[in-house]
Amino acid sequence: MKKIYLDNAATTPVSPEILAAMEPYFTNKFGNASEPHFWGQEARKAIDEAREKIANFLGAKPKEIIFTSCATESINLAHKGLVESIKYKVSSIKCPHIITSSVEHKAVLETCKHLEKIGWAKVTYLPVDKYGIVDIKDIEQAIRPETVLVSIMYVNNEVGTIEPIEEIGRLIKEINVSRVARHLSPVYFHTDATQAIQYLDCNVDGLGIDLLSFSGHKLYAPKGIGALYIRSGVPIVRQQDGGGQEYNLRAGTENVPYIVALGKAIELVEQNKVHSTKCIEKLKSKLIEGVLKISGVKLVGHPQKQVPHIATFIVEGAEGEAMLLLLSDKGIAASSGSACTSGLLKPSHVLTAMGYKPQEAHGSLRFSLGKDTTLKEIDYVVKVLPEVIKKLRKMAPKF
Amino acid sequence: MDISDLYSKKVLQHFRHPKNVGEIKNPDGMATVGNPVCGDILRLFIKIGKKDNQEFIKEAKFLTLGCGAAVATSSMITTMVKGKPLKDAEKITNKAVAEALGGLPPIKIHCSVLAADALKKAIENYHQKK
Repeated sequence: MKKIYLDNAATTPVSPEILAAMEPYFTNKFGNASEPHFWGQEARKAIDEAREKIANFLGAKPKEIIFTSCATESINLAHKGLVESIKYKVSSIKCPHIITSSVEHKAVLETCKHLEKIGWAKVTYLPVDKYGIVDIKDIEQAIRPETVLVSIMYVNNEVGTIEPIEEIGRLIKEINVSRVARHLSPVYFHTDATQAIQYLDCNVDGLGIDLLSFSGHKLYAPKGIGALYIRSGVPIVRQQDGGGQEYNLRAGTENVPYIVALGKAIELVEQNKVHSTKCIEKLKSKLIEGVLKISGVKLVGHPQKQVPHIATFIVEGAEGEAMLLLLSDKGIAASSGSACTSGLLKPSHVLTAMGYKPQEAHGSLRFSLGKDTTLKEIDYVVKVLPEVIKKLRKMAPKF
Repeated sequence: MDISDLYSKKVLQHFRHPKNVGEIKNPDGMATVGNPVCGDILRLFIKIGKKDNQEFIKEAKFLTLGCGAAVATSSMITTMVKGKPLKDAEKITNKAVAEALGGLPPIKIHCSVLAADALKKAIENYHQKK
């Protein structure tokens, strides 16, 4: 049976070039990079090369790149590490304040909730409009003297909306000028760039960001590797203690093959970005055109400020998990924000924040394309989906 | 493709090929139950017959808007009650439905509760109409 994987926003397969790049570091070049002997230095060199590739990609310096196990870990380190640092360094701030959005990934939201729970921070969760976009004016109004961090994701993973990161970066830069003059601690700016890295400009100076998190497994590197960009001067306290690896910011013997994988993944992203974006946008347009022909189906998110690879729909009269199971039976992988698909039996917090009712989120369906997606695959999905929806609608009570 | 780690074979069977889907025109008992937990909705229809002076469920049909487990538990419960004396049908628990399906993941147990609840209410509805 045909296997059509349209859940690339969830994860991607490891590409052959990346697997090949990793292999020697499992077998021959297996040294511990902290050792001074030949094996250790060989490993150290590989890490340095990967770090430099990522730094160049982001327009940063190598020492500003820390390797972690995933974006979630990077996010935890950025938020908890900054707050802990402020608590000890800036006596004028009794309780650091964080501003974030209500549509962030759980990694950001749960980290913020944890900091609130232990009394280490107060957090403002900003609303979003019906497209999922946060209002710059809301950010400006929410900033207080104790604000230490603004954390807004670059691209929303559930619906693909692009947030105004560049404008937020500019706003924070202006605000910091006056804050420094008033002897206030600067506001730092973090973005979760996990879904943005492959398709959007991630130059840290151009965007005005101080902290950037992303993971490898959305970019054809394996699960288990991520990175955190930390602008020089941003105070972070290490959260994983032990040896002095990663500039004393993240202890643990370096996972060399996975670090090499991430470096290679970024190299390939850079090479393929333009071409890949064009192809995927075309395929997504075809998908949307075909799917919207089905009655009672609407597209979610902003018409233009959308990342190329994600398309989320709301389907009336059919439930998300049921659609995913029937699609899976036809060889198609997709995703959903319905309560039944969430581990907590709650509808997607993103769709809820965007104003969708639980009954609407109930029927949400997300397709996320990748580098291997073909026109044939899209055509097949467009052919199969109406049958799936018809079968489920037939079974549903009428009102 | 085998996804039997999420659901048992029986659950998948009842989901992919559900039994008793549909409406009964002029049912003897009917109930629409919504699951506030996850948003699934189940409408159950029953037709009552009499044999040897005992009331029994002659026919049972369902319409469900919900996940794999919701459809499977609806299909299973209607299968279980057909032909059963009313007093036995009234005693069917959600546990029995889940067991009959070879078990449900803990997070899906509430779907079997929805099915058992719908049956109870449909039988109540029949008693009220009498």
